Amino acid sequence: MATTEKPTDEEILAGLAEIVEEVAGVEADEVTAEKSFVDDLDIDSLSMVEIAVQAEDRFEVKIPDAELANLKTVGDAVTYVAKNV
Amino acid sequence: MSTVDVVVTGMGATTPLGGDVASTWDGLIAGRNGIRLNEAEWVSKFDLPTKLSAPLAVEPSEVLPRVQLRRLDRCEQIAIIAAREAWADAGFVPPTEDSQSVEPERLGVAIGTGIGGPVTLLDQDDLLENQGLRKVSPLTVPMLMPNGPAAHVSIELMARAGVHSPASACASGAEGLATGWQMIKSGRADVVVAGGAEACIHQITVAGFAQSRTLSLRNDEPDRASRPFDVDRDGFVLGEGAGVLVLEREDHARARGARIYGRLGGAGITSDAYHITGNHPEGIGQINAITQAVRAAGLSPIDIGHVNAHATSTVVGDLGEAVAITKALGDHVVLTAPKSSLGHLVGGAGAVESIATLLSIYHGIIPATRNLENQDPKVSLDIVAGEPRKLLLNAAVNDSFGFGGHNVALAFTAV
Repeated sequence: MATTEKPTDEEILAGLAEIVEEVAGVEADEVTAEKSFVDDLDIDSLSMVEIAVQAEDRFEVKIPDAELANLKTVGDAVTYVAKNV
Repeated sequence: MSTVDVVVTGMGATTPLGGDVASTWDGLIAGRNGIRLNEAEWVSKFDLPTKLSAPLAVEPSEVLPRVQLRRLDRCEQIAIIAAREAWADAGFVPPTEDSQSVEPERLGVAIGTGIGGPVTLLDQDDLLENQGLRKVSPLTVPMLMPNGPAAHVSIELMARAGVHSPASACASGAEGLATGWQMIKSGRADVVVAGGAEACIHQITVAGFAQSRTLSLRNDEPDRASRPFDVDRDGFVLGEGAGVLVLEREDHARARGARIYGRLGGAGITSDAYHITGNHPEGIGQINAITQAVRAAGLSPIDIGHVNAHATSTVVGDLGEAVAITKALGDHVVLTAPKSSLGHLVGGAGAVESIATLLSIYHGIIPATRNLENQDPKVSLDIVAGEPRKLLLNAAVNDSFGFGGHNVALAFTAV
């Protein structure tokens, strides 16, 4: 039996929402796929670095800076994690 | 000389005596003690010779939301707490994009600190060493930089007339006020949010001060440890805290019907150019700072009824200050030394003690110096001890001196 199963998109979204709440204080149920980190959730570039580091640890993925710059919405981040986990 | 007058319309503080100005002032008048046995594990781990500190009475975590706490160094947290209180006390409301109580281009900030965020620096270096680069916070630099407290306050209050963060050790808070005073006098701003903050109670700062032999070793009697001008004084107690005042051009304050506590009439800044920690033996810099402040306020020494002394409770420092005060002002002034209650708030001291100075004028009462049981026979000045003293005051001076030979005196007057 596999020790790690790939998380579902829903699980990734829930995990990201927890991280965003911890780092930026945005309530988890505000963190939905269509939201832009910068424009909708008011998250600055410094907080994005913290969110990326925590997401890397939680989902065991690598998020290089060049990729991080492309993750405009929460949905972008879910898709990236799902692909690379 | 500019005819612009500078008044104080708001005050905020968080100190070892209380989380705001009212509780701090009540504590000073009641003669309460803010000094505690320091029970941090590092005191015994390193067998530090002083086991005392004066921690905040109210933890910032009780006041600020969790996310703001994690983005700010403790020094920045307390500067913001004090600034918010001062801002509201002045009758202003938090700015929005559409509406500001003070035109942003006419609002400045001048908040000093002795050292800024050394605890952040050390904590983040530990993370780098033990867990690697990824664990270092991207907020490390803005949290440790000594201009951080002033900069955060400028963002919160939308202040665009310039941000200053004087670093003059234990005179930093007073220099913040002097800087704000100059900004208004010179026409750069109508309102300046000014003061100082310090939060650096840590094993390395206590160890460093201990090695310089400046701390009280009266570990078995925390409430009797800080005793300025007493013959048995043996050093200061490191504290933490912030004080912020809203300085305002007098006509600006009157036009909006603001409550005015008093005037910051003058500021004097000099430097000893003598020794990195020791006082100049003749106190020339201290005397000149006091004299300049009084002159800038348009006053004569005889007009000054009260001095809120820097007096940290060191053997040499208190004596030197008493001599300087006598030479600058004469022997008629009535002194008090609030570090007997508060401990030494370093960069916060000059601002918090300026609040006490101004409230003494405003309320006509001078807090007593705690623990002044046997006044040093070498000091003949009248120092309030035992009970607070009611006294009608038209003008008073606050002294602040710092490692490096910094001397700042501020002259406050009644309106």
